Amino acid sequence: MPTINIVQAVNQALKEEMRRDDRIVVLGEDVGRDGGVFRATEGLYDEFGPDRVMDTPLAESGIIGTAIGMAIYGLNPVPEIQFLDFIYPAFDQIVTNLAKLRYRSGGQYSCHLVVRAPYGGGIKGGHYHSQSSEAYFTHTAGLKVVIPSSPYDTKGLLLSSLRDPDPIIFLEPKRIYRAVKGEIPEGEFTVPIGKARIAREGRDVSILAYGAMLHVAMDAAEAAKKNGVEADVVDLRTLVPLDIDAILSSVQKTGRVIIVHEAPRTSGFGAEISAQIAERAIEYLKGPILRVTGYDTPFPYTLEEYYLPSVPKVLKAIEKLMQY
Amino acid sequence: MNSSHYLIDSGRRNRRFLTQTEQQEEQESLSHIEGDMLQVISLEGKINAQLEPKLSVEDLKKLYKTMVLTRVLDTKCMNMQRQGRIGFYVPCAGQEAAQIGSAFAATAEDWIVPTYRDQGVALIRGLDLRKLIAHLMGNSSDSMMGKQMPNHWGFSEIHFMSVASPIAAQLPVATGIAMSMKLKKKDTIVLAYHGDGATSEGDFHAAYNFAGVYKAPVIFICENNGWAISVPVARQTAAATLAIKAEAYGFDGVRVDGNDILAVYKATKLAIDRARSGGGPTMIECLTYRMGPHSTSDDPTKYRTKEEIEFWKKRDPIERFKNYLELRGVWNQDFENKARTVVDEEINRAIEEEEKIPPPETSSIFKDVYAEEPASLREQEKEELSYESSSKE
Repeated sequence: MPTINIVQAVNQALKEEMRRDDRIVVLGEDVGRDGGVFRATEGLYDEFGPDRVMDTPLAESGIIGTAIGMAIYGLNPVPEIQFLDFIYPAFDQIVTNLAKLRYRSGGQYSCHLVVRAPYGGGIKGGHYHSQSSEAYFTHTAGLKVVIPSSPYDTKGLLLSSLRDPDPIIFLEPKRIYRAVKGEIPEGEFTVPIGKARIAREGRDVSILAYGAMLHVAMDAAEAAKKNGVEADVVDLRTLVPLDIDAILSSVQKTGRVIIVHEAPRTSGFGAEISAQIAERAIEYLKGPILRVTGYDTPFPYTLEEYYLPSVPKVLKAIEKLMQY
Repeated sequence: MNSSHYLIDSGRRNRRFLTQTEQQEEQESLSHIEGDMLQVISLEGKINAQLEPKLSVEDLKKLYKTMVLTRVLDTKCMNMQRQGRIGFYVPCAGQEAAQIGSAFAATAEDWIVPTYRDQGVALIRGLDLRKLIAHLMGNSSDSMMGKQMPNHWGFSEIHFMSVASPIAAQLPVATGIAMSMKLKKKDTIVLAYHGDGATSEGDFHAAYNFAGVYKAPVIFICENNGWAISVPVARQTAAATLAIKAEAYGFDGVRVDGNDILAVYKATKLAIDRARSGGGPTMIECLTYRMGPHSTSDDPTKYRTKEEIEFWKKRDPIERFKNYLELRGVWNQDFENKARTVVDEEINRAIEEEEKIPPPETSSIFKDVYAEEPASLREQEKEELSYESSSKE
């Protein structure tokens, strides 16, 4: 089985599906000749030409807005937002049109498309190249939010997303674009949207994470082993729809929950998971639900490593919970 | 090709040499109708034979009847809202020529991306009147399934795109539909409607810019009715006209007397022909007037003068067209009476029928959020239905 990284997984999924489905068009800033600032769309322009791989004007609302129009008229567009931090000019298009079209038209119209955006910190990018704003999208009915953490999931989830009938926000953890490598099978395979993955089995504490933080959670779980603590690590993979059943079965097994995400704590997605666990499984809990998250500050530049969740921070939470 | 040179005029006026007082006076006057604009029927009823489109008597009658239908329906809907029979309404009186004249130039395969004030467009496209009324009532026959407030329509059977309230949000979508038509090598076009207020929004810029860059087959119909709720067009822009904005995006903007249905038709037809043959977008600024309030929720006497309203009453697009038809020997009082009787009956019947239709089922709240209802929504649906059954007990 070939070993590839996450950015190659994105590239392969797009390339292979574009060969299968001529309705797919890729559009965005620098996605064509340049192959994308992270090289995710490299080679697509040469293979598919400017009609299917469009270097657009520099305007996010135009990219998403026109992609919605193209989707309505029978194409399968994959707009790229260069950094999730730049998506805000397109926020109205996403919330007003993309998320609501099917609903507001009573099902007469729909616009399936996959908005791809690299997100998250750890690359010394400051406020505007580091944010994790997934919660805005999970709070908008009509969108699905998918966040892979491995090359296998990236390729499999992106293929599922390209074939899904609903609009999808597909967030790529750019910090591990190249750092995380993994084997993928030859040929076509998909990973279903809405199914979490048990990344590690353990009886003592459940660590719930997604994207780049899955790897922090895994490293912390390994480290906790030394103290005799066995952590169950759940890779959520999709936030909407959320695989609440997988979360609950882990929680029922361990009775302890730690949620790890990079996004600021207040109203972060961890708050939602926490509430759902409290509503459905409070009787299983042996201690409080803890969150290890980014702080409620803008994303700092020089001191980003202090801002981001880390293995010691997760270990601290494990310790606190085990002693509760 | 030659008649298309009419499309080149973007109605520039040289404001640079006006004194400050003159500029101020201009802003406060009714100036948005002055200046160069395409006109076929003058206010006095004179016809510019060179520009007069060759329409059959049947077509002329259809246009006139649809204008009357739109106006009568408008009045009835305002009244129905006052009587509490519909929740809200956005009237379009005064803008019938701009709407019906432009849409009449498109074919059934072309797509319309409308605003919430474009009922005239839907009606000339042949929308079943009952569908329109059902939507205003939000009953279970409503194509929107009661999901949207009145005037937030969408009718796929006439390629009439679904509407959102945020101004100009439809415009990049319209450009995208046109880009898709071009990529798929269709010879169809998009008519994208917006008002004067929309020209201030970022999405106006994005949509026009993408349309220009990709030479998308989209015609932007700007219904400049002078007012964005209470803000006059002079407060939206310091530009001499709205039409000149198109020039900066690399395509033509033309000013048209928006209360002259033949001028609007003529300009739109030329622009559509050009777009269909690969010539790209055009902006048509229709100078018109919103005779009524913005919606049933505002009182325009707070911000508009009686003089202004009187000024525009004399420029009523239906009267203008009627004079023309009379000159052509198409209109007489008998025709008028018959047309009004038919329209009245049609509307009354549609209202009567639709008022009998019950509201949508409660569970419809949870449908069409996604293609398939997810487990989380099934759970919330069950919760809602449990309140209903317990309140019945």
